[in-house]
Amino acid sequence: MKAAPFDYHLAENLSHTKNLLKEYGEDVKLIAGGQSLVPMMAMRLAKPSHLIDIARIDELQQISSFEESIRIGAGVKQCVLENHALTSQIPLLSAVVPWIGHHQTRNRGTVGGSLAHADPSAELPLIAVILQAKIQCENLDTQRIISAKDFFLGPMWTTLDVQECLTHIDWPIWQGHGIGHAFEETSIRQGDFAMASAASQLQVDASGKLIRLHCGVGGMGGTPYSFEDMTSSLIGQTLSKDMILEFSEQAIQQTEPASDLHANAAYRRNLAKTLLSRTIEQSLAMANNSFQHHLR
Amino acid sequence: MKNISINLQVNGKQVSSTVEPRTSLVDFLRDDLRLTGTHVGCEHGICGACTVLLNGDPVRSCCMFAVQANGLEITTVEGLAPERGQLSKIQDAFCEKHGLQCGFCTPGMLITCQALINKNPHPSEAEIREAISGNLCRCTGYQQIVDAVVFATKETV
Repeated sequence: MKAAPFDYHLAENLSHTKNLLKEYGEDVKLIAGGQSLVPMMAMRLAKPSHLIDIARIDELQQISSFEESIRIGAGVKQCVLENHALTSQIPLLSAVVPWIGHHQTRNRGTVGGSLAHADPSAELPLIAVILQAKIQCENLDTQRIISAKDFFLGPMWTTLDVQECLTHIDWPIWQGHGIGHAFEETSIRQGDFAMASAASQLQVDASGKLIRLHCGVGGMGGTPYSFEDMTSSLIGQTLSKDMILEFSEQAIQQTEPASDLHANAAYRRNLAKTLLSRTIEQSLAMANNSFQHHLR
Repeated sequence: MKNISINLQVNGKQVSSTVEPRTSLVDFLRDDLRLTGTHVGCEHGICGACTVLLNGDPVRSCCMFAVQANGLEITTVEGLAPERGQLSKIQDAFCEKHGLQCGFCTPGMLITCQALINKNPHPSEAEIREAISGNLCRCTGYQQIVDAVVFATKETV
């Protein structure tokens, strides 16, 4: 359970990182918090010959506010999100942070690291897909912006090229009133990998009619699922408990969960359906409540 | 593979050394510095036995390489007591409330509990359970550990 030998390079800034990535070619890995990579190296599932440490790069650790989004640097530690003034504008993001690993791992683990690692049961990839975050990746010559749903290709597999560095993520801010969100996850023990997780964020008008619904599930296949494209028939309606259940049932039919020691695929589907409908109900209640508070 | 020189502060003392990049922080503390109080359990971030304070925050010392701690401050279980031969308040409470059985998880539990009370001097029982949820005790002696933290942090009249 010891990592295979490698050469260590401390990157001073982003351009140094990109040069090092080019120099060491195919057999290189970036490390920031290392909370997923170091265990994989200890188990020899990853054996890079070169490790480039990007944990000390200031420009990757910024959080900044734009009119329509909050930009979070890839190197921002997960623990920072919990109480940061700017991330409170992305309340679903703040809400999932306590579910990521344990506080000891959140003190090292980074936002970009979790996305680049792309564990299908991880919380941040699910939220990124649901909120339609934009992920920026750069190599020495180009930079590209990828929408989260196109970023994840499969378990531990993204569009990130070996010479690219994930630099920051833009999280859209939802404007206006009547917004609610919720996150639910079930695992064997607190902090374990989720058997299934679900999240939703929605907006209703003052009469309680649905304006938009973003929701999805994690741990139910190779990548997180977003069901936003299935919501068109619900828009403009006042959602009932039955409508939410029926929608959740249909949505979960798209998923392809694996069976393992802890739960078979049928159990996982049932679980995910329950979690998804619960998060939509909770989001709806929060959204409707926000109007009552507003009127008072 | 090129070895790297590192300088860091461990339990208040400046330490300089040369390490192979693949040396984990916990192996560096135990094998190079002979600070064997920090325990190596699962070596992949699950059990929490190797928890140390890094610049005051609890982290898994098996999930980082010693080179990554260059220039930073580490506190291990050996650094909790105010003086050699003494116990810190939380260590004393663990003795008082039988907060350890086999003792394997104890260094990680002590560091985690110390980090908790540094931030939150009077945690509720729920907050204590949440804080130690990332540390496994295979003797399952959690209740006494919770009791110990309650004992160490209760308001004294």
